Amino acid sequence: MTAPLLSIRDLHLSMSSYDGKAHVLNGIDLTVNRGEIWGLVGESGCGKSLTGLSISQLLPSPPADYMAGEIMLEGRDMLKLPRPELQKLRGNRIGMIFQDPTTNLNPAFRIGDQLVDVALAAARWKPGILDCPPGAGRSERKRAARKLARDMLERVGIPDAGMRLDSYPHQFSGGMRQRVLIAMALIGRPDLLIADEPTTALDVSVQAQILKLLKGCVADYDMGVILITHNLGVVAETCSHVAVMYAGNIVESGPVAAVIERPEHPYTRALMASIPTRDTRRGMLRGLAGSVPNLITPPPGCRFAPRCPHATAACMTGVPAPVRVGRDHAAACIHAKEPETAHV
Amino acid sequence: MTDTAEHIATEPELPKQDKLQRALFRFRQSRLSMLGAVMVALVVFFTAFGTLLAPFPEHIAGGVDTAARFQPPSWAHPFGTNELGQDVLSLVMAGTTVSVLAGLSVVLIGTVIGTLVGAIAGFAGGWIDEILMRLTDLTLTIPGLILAMAVAAALGPGFTNMIIAISLSWWPGYARLVRGEVLAVREESYVNAARAIGASPSRILLRHILPNTVSPIIVKMSLDMGFAILMVAGLGFIGIGIRPPTPEWGTLLSVSRSYMPDYWWTAMAPGMAMFFAVFGFNLLGDGLRDILDPKARR
Amino acid sequence: MSEIMLEIDDVSKIYAGKRGMFGRSHMVEALKHVSLSVRRGESFGLVGESGSGKTTLTRSILQLERPTSGRVLFEGMDLGQLSTAEMRWLRARIQIVFQDPYASLNPRMSVHDIVTEPMLIHRETLGLNRRQRTERAVELLSLVGLGAQHLYRHPHEFSGGQRQRICIARALAPGPDLLVLDEPTSALDVSVQAQVLNLLCELQDKLGLTYFFISHDLGVVRYLCDRLALIYRGEIVEQGDCASVFDAPETEYARALIGAMPEVKVPPAA
Repeated sequence: MTAPLLSIRDLHLSMSSYDGKAHVLNGIDLTVNRGEIWGLVGESGCGKSLTGLSISQLLPSPPADYMAGEIMLEGRDMLKLPRPELQKLRGNRIGMIFQDPTTNLNPAFRIGDQLVDVALAAARWKPGILDCPPGAGRSERKRAARKLARDMLERVGIPDAGMRLDSYPHQFSGGMRQRVLIAMALIGRPDLLIADEPTTALDVSVQAQILKLLKGCVADYDMGVILITHNLGVVAETCSHVAVMYAGNIVESGPVAAVIERPEHPYTRALMASIPTRDTRRGMLRGLAGSVPNLITPPPGCRFAPRCPHATAACMTGVPAPVRVGRDHAAACIHAKEPETAHV
Repeated sequence: MTDTAEHIATEPELPKQDKLQRALFRFRQSRLSMLGAVMVALVVFFTAFGTLLAPFPEHIAGGVDTAARFQPPSWAHPFGTNELGQDVLSLVMAGTTVSVLAGLSVVLIGTVIGTLVGAIAGFAGGWIDEILMRLTDLTLTIPGLILAMAVAAALGPGFTNMIIAISLSWWPGYARLVRGEVLAVREESYVNAARAIGASPSRILLRHILPNTVSPIIVKMSLDMGFAILMVAGLGFIGIGIRPPTPEWGTLLSVSRSYMPDYWWTAMAPGMAMFFAVFGFNLLGDGLRDILDPKARR
Repeated sequence: MSEIMLEIDDVSKIYAGKRGMFGRSHMVEALKHVSLSVRRGESFGLVGESGSGKTTLTRSILQLERPTSGRVLFEGMDLGQLSTAEMRWLRARIQIVFQDPYASLNPRMSVHDIVTEPMLIHRETLGLNRRQRTERAVELLSLVGLGAQHLYRHPHEFSGGQRQRICIARALAPGPDLLVLDEPTSALDVSVQAQVLNLLCELQDKLGLTYFFISHDLGVVRYLCDRLALIYRGEIVEQGDCASVFDAPETEYARALIGAMPEVKVPPAA
């Protein structure tokens, strides 16, 4: 079997601030293969976005400090790559989409020109994407890049793509802008796409379209996706796998169906119980008391223990290791049971 | 309470955060800001005690010592003596009080007028805004020094007249700044919330809008102090500001101009003092901007 | 049938729009003949996407904006016809909680000042002196799950959920009958959202409040509200009991919206 697309091993990250050094990622293990969509969920401040930014090495250092671990992208450790190599990778191996589509497009340039720039830059490393003979002139390459830009806009479902190339960002609606950003992230044919809350600012109907589009792209381009979101509903409908994060740890991970049907970690259960469903009776929503702990002085042992309804004295000693609770399904809880003994 | 109490249980205490301490921490991290603060502290010290600490207090009052004219720097007179035999150091120390207080008055008056105009314009909007801001623009079209010269010439020389003259050209910058801030803060959710609870317009302006525009005003004031001191000196230099024998940096420079370059030391002390004060206030202003007005950070 | 508290009667709002360089002006119809009524003691949900006119309707109810035509009636009184004094009185009876708890608290005021300000403004109606106001502020804080130890702290010392509790306490301070909740939980994490939703349920039961709940999250509306209206491009496309709208939506738009809702099936509690 070949190396996985992305493999994060025991990643530890700390961030320094006035208050001290916060241990924000506490041994992350994550493996993403081509064709998989991984949902990364958890409350804010759990390290979801930091994990995403770590993969593309976009955190300034200081304050960021990687204390241990590795981030392997098809066998190469992102933490050890020199800067120019990283930049090359970011453009065409890793694509990124952020939450706010307005601030990530330059308002002064036409959509088409921005897409063409990205395509030309990506073509420096991957000439194949432009579909023109080697040694082609500048104008020829530019024309090819423009055609590619139009194709991508069509691909992400923007009507009249050819004409829309000449529009400015402000002439697009929020959903359309997010589509443009997806097109921009995909134009270099990345192997890994990191989408950080791509639909949070959008209406539900637009959200559904964007997520469907994302799913289609994964199938077409055979890439891996990390979808960072706080919405378990989005994960349930879009992702193939899910990793639930709490206070810098992945507390539960596995195929979406398994995790959502049989959540083994109390945090995952609590998170799911916070979402009102059609059967939740008024006033009977089971919230989760408390909030994410301060990571400068994290609680000893299991970081979730102070909020956990099932915590015992044993939980206060030592960070629990992930326990296999099903096929590819693991939960980092000392009370989680191996599949043989678990009640199914 | 009932079983619902558990469901609505509040989150644990966040540690009490002292905003001031955080700000000071960030301020102290910047060496230049700290340097500025120390320089300004020194300037303030001499503003308060310069006249008292001067080695030759009699010279400040206008006393002369013709026997000791144009003495070069020595232990007795570290910055030499001038054409009247007066100790230059004593004059410059006393001049600190005059220059800095003049600068401070200008900035304070400018801030008060500017804030008033800007706040009313931004809050009222419509034709009031239109009139006030066109008036501001009109004032801005006249170069500050020229306007101040004209007013000073009309009112005659003297400390108060000079301050009035400069202040009249000083407020438009504040009016624009405050109007912009008011327009931005006016749209904040908490201002809408105040409207919804029925707060009166004056309450909204005084309690909710203006307190949240203070930071950039303070930053501008400290950056402006240096320029105001220079402006005061400038008017003194061209002879329409404070007149001798009141020791003022610009006047001192102006007089010593006639004796350059032979008696260079007469110009050096006031020049250095001015440089020191202006530089200090600018560094401090930059430092304050970094901690108070993070939007403007590089 | 219970008494109607708030009635929106054929309200339209047209924004003239900025006149362009050549004198053409674009008219924007933010609300088109909107009619709905909210009964005393119920939770009424208004659901719509961005740009649907939710905000304009809210602002019209609070009289922060005047409708172009139509009437907003509160207990049968036309809000457009009220005198300044009546309007002040009304401000105490209709209160609002905004979406963003980070932006809706004045950063320069302490919790005490924030919560007592409405009582200070309405002191003639409420008749509370300084000490009574502080006492009531403590009561209100404990009602929303905070305590007296929070009284002299500033907003930046609180988490998002706690800030929203402070906003709710402020809204309750003048003793309102109707609470307009403008997406009060959409800026919060689901776990905190659950806490705030439960708090809202509890407060309604305790104080007999009427809620006008604006949201884009159908799941939250289904949980909290008795009836709802769907607004689309300034028009009410469907309204009725929550249960019937969710079980048997009548319009295409309602079906599409409910279909687009991402859902998680929660297993029975372990």
